[in-house]
Amino acid sequence: MLPHFSYIRPETGSEAMSQLSDPESFVLAGGTDLLGCLRERIFPVRKLVSINGLAQFHGITETEDGGVRIGALTTITEVETHPLIQNRFPGLARGASEVASPQLRNQGTIGGNLCQKPRCWYYRGEFDCLRKGGSQCFAAEGQNQFHCIFGGDGICFIVHPSDTAPPLIALNASAVIAGPKGKKRQVPLEKFHVLPADDLHKETVLNPDEMVTEILIPPPPPRTRSTYRKVRARRAWDFSLAGVALAVHIEDNKVVNSRVVLSGAAPVPWRSKAVEDVIQDRELNSKTIADAAQAVVEGAEPLEHNQYKLPLFQGVMEEELLALTNQA
Amino acid sequence: MSDKDSKRGGITRRSFITTMGAGVAGVAASGALFSGTSQAKAPEIHKAGEAMRITLTINDHPYVLLVEPRWTLLHVLREVIGLTGTKEGCGRGECGACTVLIDDIPRYACMTLAVEAQGHAVTTVEGLMHGEDLGVVQQAFVQKDAFQCGYCTSGQIMASEGLLRANPLPSSEEIRRGVSGNLCRCGAYTHIFEAVEAAAEMKQK
Ligand SMILES: Cc1cc2nc3c(=O)[nH]c(=O)nc-3n(C[C@H](O)[C@H](O)[C@H](O)COP(=O)(O)OP(=O)(O)OC[C@H]3O[C@@H](n4cnc5c(N)ncnc54)[C@H](O)[C@@H]3O)c2cc1C
Ligand code: SF4
Ligand code: FES
Ligand code: FES
Repeated sequence: MLPHFSYIRPETGSEAMSQLSDPESFVLAGGTDLLGCLRERIFPVRKLVSINGLAQFHGITETEDGGVRIGALTTITEVETHPLIQNRFPGLARGASEVASPQLRNQGTIGGNLCQKPRCWYYRGEFDCLRKGGSQCFAAEGQNQFHCIFGGDGICFIVHPSDTAPPLIALNASAVIAGPKGKKRQVPLEKFHVLPADDLHKETVLNPDEMVTEILIPPPPPRTRSTYRKVRARRAWDFSLAGVALAVHIEDNKVVNSRVVLSGAAPVPWRSKAVEDVIQDRELNSKTIADAAQAVVEGAEPLEHNQYKLPLFQGVMEEELLALTNQA
Repeated sequence: MSDKDSKRGGITRRSFITTMGAGVAGVAASGALFSGTSQAKAPEIHKAGEAMRITLTINDHPYVLLVEPRWTLLHVLREVIGLTGTKEGCGRGECGACTVLIDDIPRYACMTLAVEAQGHAVTTVEGLMHGEDLGVVQQAFVQKDAFQCGYCTSGQIMASEGLLRANPLPSSEEIRRGVSGNLCRCGAYTHIFEAVEAAAEMKQK
């Protein structure tokens, strides 16, 4: 049985925002992550504000500039199967298709996917770890095979669990965030997630009284190819061990511009500038690809049990760049 | 409410009384009540532990139920209404035993709050029956021997039913993907895939 909480399902955005100003109120979207957190009593929750009555935050539409707007309540299945996404942003469609299981994709939302809580098993278990306000990170010296190789900074070694954030960041998407008193701000998704060194107690820049209302993806430059590849133990449910999202703009056989984002690598979706720099202005031949595979693990700081991630990331990077050249 | 009506709603007189005994009113309502306009009021906060009235349809029958905000749909189906065809495996979205259709789409009842089903149509494995006869997907599972212990079966059947409602002629890859959110510890997978294929054919006739 879940612990007690109060519940409200507002019918207007402004009412939802005023409800969120109470301490320990949480947005409820698809509930696929939040209900698990409640069941394990990971953080105190006094009130759930269901945003599922707010139809305006649902659906996928084209913007005037040729980009796409995705309402925060759009389900992962809808993102995966929508023709606009499949045709223009195949990397995102692929990312969505790799989330969890069919049922969870049918109920989980894109907003919830970006805001989901870490999956570190100490965090999800009965451990009063650093991130939960305790005095110790149990993963540092413990079972850390699924933890990060970048960005832990000796503090907390979670990986960000989302499979939609890496392709969205590769595509330069941003989040529209609503706050109290009608305030609105737009944050590039690249700056949306928070490293432990910046704030150990939150995973996103959202304040407790804010919520994501929509995701905006700008029109892709012509000849941009986007992909996402996720390696995991089972084909359903499992989170990414190592994943790569690419958006690469190739002109006359040369890389004009690229954005490379890793999943399963860091506490935030991890932009690999090292790979981007290596492939810039070059033809994607076997030499370039081998250099990129070297670059992807440059500066990595693996833990005792996750060393396997280094060759894994190298292999995935190599295969994905190769696949990209074969698409041409 | 006649006995016959309450039975059709998946509630027997006995389970109705048990329910009342637990301090919860579970009422198989008439169509008139369901389509009433009483829902137009502004939403209010439902306090923790306080029962809240929801209306929904379950297997084509309208219900008005009093539920606590923290109750999952799975809890309400099994413990309040007595529809025990839907199983609890893991209770955390990792096995699929609790799969039901909500507005024809497969979801995990263990990861859905009952209050969130307000106004929606829920279909459970009991809802696939035609009177005493098995539904098409159920028949196909029997024909193809698509289970051993049977614990995962109602979830597998509901995932398959949802798949076939959206995609009446799935490819074998689509079938595998369609039931990929349902674990079978007995490993009956090949027979399950065959059953879904057979069900698709049977539904065409
Ligand atoms: C067994 C299992 C396997 C999974 N596998 C994967 C996987 O492989 N890949 C993956 O990416 N995810 C996975 N997930 C996580 C989850 O199902 C998805 O991330 C889903 O998209 C979450 O969306 P939701 O709408 O259900 O979120 P909810 O559970 O409703 O919310 C999640 C969190 O985000 C907050 N939130 C939700 N919407 C908003 C908003 N609009 N603004 C501000 N805050 C908000 C909530 O308060 C909550 O803290 C898995 C989950 C389970 C249970
Ligand atoms: S990695 Fe982070 S979440 Fe996991 S035990 Fe360490 S501090 Fe806690
Ligand atoms: S009981 Fe719901 S998924 Fe296992
Ligand atoms: S038949 Fe036993 S778990 Fe599937």
